[in-house]
Amino acid sequence: MSRAAPKKGENFELRNDLNSEYRDRRKDAIKRVIANMTVGKDVSGLFPDVLKNMQTEDLEQKKLVYLYLMNYAKTQPELVILAVNTFVKDADDPNPLVRALAIRTMGMLRAEKIIDYLSDPLQKCLRDENPYVRKTACLCVAKLYDLKPELAIEHGFIGQLQEMVADSNPMVVANAVTALTDIHATAVLNASESSPAPSQANFIITPQVLGKLLVALNECSEWGRVALLNCLARYKAVDEKESEHICERVLPQFQHANGSVVLAAVKVIMVHMRSLHREDLIKQIIKKMAPPLVTLVSSAPETQWVALRNINLLLQKRPDLLQNEMRVFFCKYNDPPYVKVEKLDIMIRLAQEKNVDTLLSELKEYASEVDVDFVRKATKAIGQCAIKIETSAGRCVQVLLELINTRVSYVVQEAVVVMKDIFRKYPHSYEGVIPTLCANLDELDEPEAKASLIWIIGEYAEKIDNASELLGVFVDSFLEEAYQVQLQTLTAVVKLYMKKPDTAQGVVSKVLETATKDCDSPDVRDRAYIYWRLLSTDPNAAKAVILASRPPITLAQTTVPPAILEELLGEIGSLASVYHKPADTFVGRGRVGADAVHRKIEDQEEEVTREKALQTLVAGQQAENLLNFDDALATEGEATGLAATTAAIVHSNAGQKVLTSSNPLDDLASIFGSTGLTVPTHAPIASSPMALSPAPIFPSPPIGAPVSNGPAVPSKPEDDLLGLF
Amino acid sequence: MISGFFIFNQKGEVLISRLYRTDLKRSVADVFRVQVVSNTDVRSPIITLGSTSFFHVRVANVYILAVTKSNANAALVFEFCYRFISIAKSYFGKLDEEAVKNNFVMIYELIDEILDFGYPQNSEIETLKHYITSESVRSEIALRDDSKIAAQTTGSTSWRRTGIRYKKNEAFVDVVEVVHMLMSASGTVLRADVTGQVLMRAYLSGMPECKFGLNDKVVLQNSRRAEGETYEAGTVELEDAQFHQCVRLNMFDTDRSITFIPPDGEFELMRYRAESSVHLPLRVQPIVTEVGKTHVDYTIAIKANFNTKLSATEVVLRIPTPLNTTQVECKSPAGKAKYVPAENVIRWQIPRIQGGSEVTLTATASLTQTTDRKPWQRPPLDVDFQVLMFTASGLLVRYLKVYEKSGYNSVKWVRYLTKANGSYQIRF
Repeated sequence: MSRAAPKKGENFELRNDLNSEYRDRRKDAIKRVIANMTVGKDVSGLFPDVLKNMQTEDLEQKKLVYLYLMNYAKTQPELVILAVNTFVKDADDPNPLVRALAIRTMGMLRAEKIIDYLSDPLQKCLRDENPYVRKTACLCVAKLYDLKPELAIEHGFIGQLQEMVADSNPMVVANAVTALTDIHATAVLNASESSPAPSQANFIITPQVLGKLLVALNECSEWGRVALLNCLARYKAVDEKESEHICERVLPQFQHANGSVVLAAVKVIMVHMRSLHREDLIKQIIKKMAPPLVTLVSSAPETQWVALRNINLLLQKRPDLLQNEMRVFFCKYNDPPYVKVEKLDIMIRLAQEKNVDTLLSELKEYASEVDVDFVRKATKAIGQCAIKIETSAGRCVQVLLELINTRVSYVVQEAVVVMKDIFRKYPHSYEGVIPTLCANLDELDEPEAKASLIWIIGEYAEKIDNASELLGVFVDSFLEEAYQVQLQTLTAVVKLYMKKPDTAQGVVSKVLETATKDCDSPDVRDRAYIYWRLLSTDPNAAKAVILASRPPITLAQTTVPPAILEELLGEIGSLASVYHKPADTFVGRGRVGADAVHRKIEDQEEEVTREKALQTLVAGQQAENLLNFDDALATEGEATGLAATTAAIVHSNAGQKVLTSSNPLDDLASIFGSTGLTVPTHAPIASSPMALSPAPIFPSPPIGAPVSNGPAVPSKPEDDLLGLF
Repeated sequence: MISGFFIFNQKGEVLISRLYRTDLKRSVADVFRVQVVSNTDVRSPIITLGSTSFFHVRVANVYILAVTKSNANAALVFEFCYRFISIAKSYFGKLDEEAVKNNFVMIYELIDEILDFGYPQNSEIETLKHYITSESVRSEIALRDDSKIAAQTTGSTSWRRTGIRYKKNEAFVDVVEVVHMLMSASGTVLRADVTGQVLMRAYLSGMPECKFGLNDKVVLQNSRRAEGETYEAGTVELEDAQFHQCVRLNMFDTDRSITFIPPDGEFELMRYRAESSVHLPLRVQPIVTEVGKTHVDYTIAIKANFNTKLSATEVVLRIPTPLNTTQVECKSPAGKAKYVPAENVIRWQIPRIQGGSEVTLTATASLTQTTDRKPWQRPPLDVDFQVLMFTASGLLVRYLKVYEKSGYNSVKWVRYLTKANGSYQIRF
């Protein structure tokens, strides 16, 4: 030994024991070494001493020494060579378990030097008469490829694997397929533009391979089935008949006890169902798919959660899938929070006219639980129910009122936000609720809830006697509020002025002045200038813009864009399907990965925006008069309302970037934001310092500025809008 | 796939750590400690940081953790974690910090056998027990046996070895049903369904071919139709059934017959779910009234709704009390009732309730004054119980046929048990 060994301490004692003449003592020492290794202590110094114990009849001791070797082989490559002989010898042992163990461990050593000695034993083991050794050797090829791809190709190991797909033993088939898939994935991952993936590493599933897979599927172990099913999902069927055949052969797997087999089978079916056209067959398949999915909901919470996330995806594609199964998604009091939230989301997806009553009483129950986050989501769900099912809206409002009467602060706040959405969907219904809402004004301390209530007051100002008084409170504390609240206050006060010009004169000039002069948010200032200018130039136009009716909101059927949804359905069971995000967004190596993701998103985004742009254009052409564009402007002004609902439905998911940018309002907003502003701002900025008293700026409506001026303003953006596309 | 497998204790100390792939460093363990173990508000069983994903399951006082760097199959990873848990429980009797520390060598041996390069391998408990044993020194005979074991582990009946011999051929079938019930405050049943298991202990010689028959509505209807009768009563409609890998799924798919070559010893043959006509064994009627702000009065009646010859045992009711309860006075003619302050419940334990009988508990909880104006949330009351020789779904085993080349006779036993654990809830 070259380096001076310490004369005392734990390692010294261990070394003594490792070299002991008693077998039990040596073995015990190895166990202690492994224990130290596990907790992260450095025992690499004992390498030669541990190595001495490798030659043994005791299989357990051998395994322990191997475990040690796997850990330190990388740091002690020159010493590993000493072990090679034993490995090669073991790979020839009469006991198949020892042969398999040797080949399994050699592949894990990950030392360059030992790899050269690996080829011969591996070659032998791949042809071993014992299937246990063969299946272990299969995976060893994947390990080798991971370490030194060229070697695996050179020695023809991959070719051999491909032959082994036809092995007589189903487990060997499964592991050969697993190894090939792994190699394929590694090759694709490591491929760059300068060095594309070697063609040998590609695992192409031919119709011949397909036949083998389908045969092995019914006989191999549960984990093997998952591997085979994954391959079946990758296979591109030549025609509809073949797809039908695959579906028929895969359907029995729905009855497997292992949930991952069931989900893998669902994946295969979803992929191959795309090319099916026979309605009755599709219906039959969907009918068979529902029960096993429901069963997954009663599994362990973690598995259950994975299943729920996937069910959520499946429902976006096939809303009819679990039509009559809402009850199984009822939350149990002791479900973990992540399960509850997911169940809630699925229940909303399954809500129909016939089951909405049960759902509502369930949601009301949840809203009285203790977990604040869950209670809020439950309250929100009531609103989503109302928006989704028109006939239930009345009952939903009733439930919300009951919740407001509990006077639990966060429930009230959430209920107010939800009520605003309901007013957006069903304008001029349920006005009777407004007094109750206003009575809770003092309770609100969250910006979103405040903004919602202010919006409601502004919208129904003509019907609320003390509207100016209520809004006055917010105008007084204007600068202390969040921007969201400031924007809403501004709009609501202007609305109030339009509806009741005589009572609101004072408050409107105050708010415009504060907003333009003292507010530090450019958004708030800009909006205030627009209103000011509109009011001073053409009150009729102002009315058309500010009091325009908004398009009703709807509940989004999907949370991910269609293209991504299709991609995710081909990934059922995987992390991607759990996160509802394409895999590239959370895995990927280094910059290349990140770039690819970026590119992909950009591509999709481009596509979606182009689509939306076209729609907007069509809408524009259909417009009968120019004021319809103002409509859009007004909507933009209310974006918080609509955005809030969309945000409620879209979770923090992938594709969110894509989603938000696909919102046509954004595109419009940017167009209007630039063109709309350049024209009118000029005047108010110049005039406001001169006109200290607000009165001259607000000529009363009948006197107003020349009427012809009105259409002239919006006509400009229109030109630009059309010109832009 | 799975790049690393770890076991942590509650303090976040590493008990077991095994890396399967090079894309991971041992230091990921620290990340997990910071992000999950010492984080009080973990809202998901999967956490992804950068491109590393942590899948964790908590059992007793340990965390089982699988780490991946790819778009792994999440369902498979969790199924694997749970499989590991059941293997460990079967080997060591329990899975907690103590068991892991005492058996860490064996655990390393096990996880190396069931996970190779991050891909799960054979994980049948009965098979594993043949060649991963606690007896360390192996005899010559054992070594000769190894070839057989190796062949069997990978064979098409990987779950059964050849040459098993018993003097007396016996098979025990246990049908265990768990009732899930949720009743609203107004007494309507919101949800009632049954998840059942058919557990089998097979002590049969050779390679027996088994055929198992239930009073499955679909099967009976088909056969009766062939005989020209219609027959409805006494059948059970299964929503879904899931089988052990020994059962030939394609056969079940074609004619719903359950045929298999069983593993030796104990295994779960089948799992099923039934929703229609679930017979609820216990009816609980709680009357809970809040008297002013100082007292809550309870009258809880529980009635056994089944044949008088049977009885429910180990009945435990957990009746929630408000958080500001100081003491509870209970009166009951049967069983013991006691206030458990740590859980905010009255625990009412009744060793036995005969079918058809009814018992009532009256209790009064005294409350302290609080400034909290929030009303009491009233979590649901839950009941645990066991009823022997009763199935809530009405499922019956019609036959279990065993065919073996040697043509021996076998004795079969069937037991039924219906129970609830935390799944029988009543709102009030």
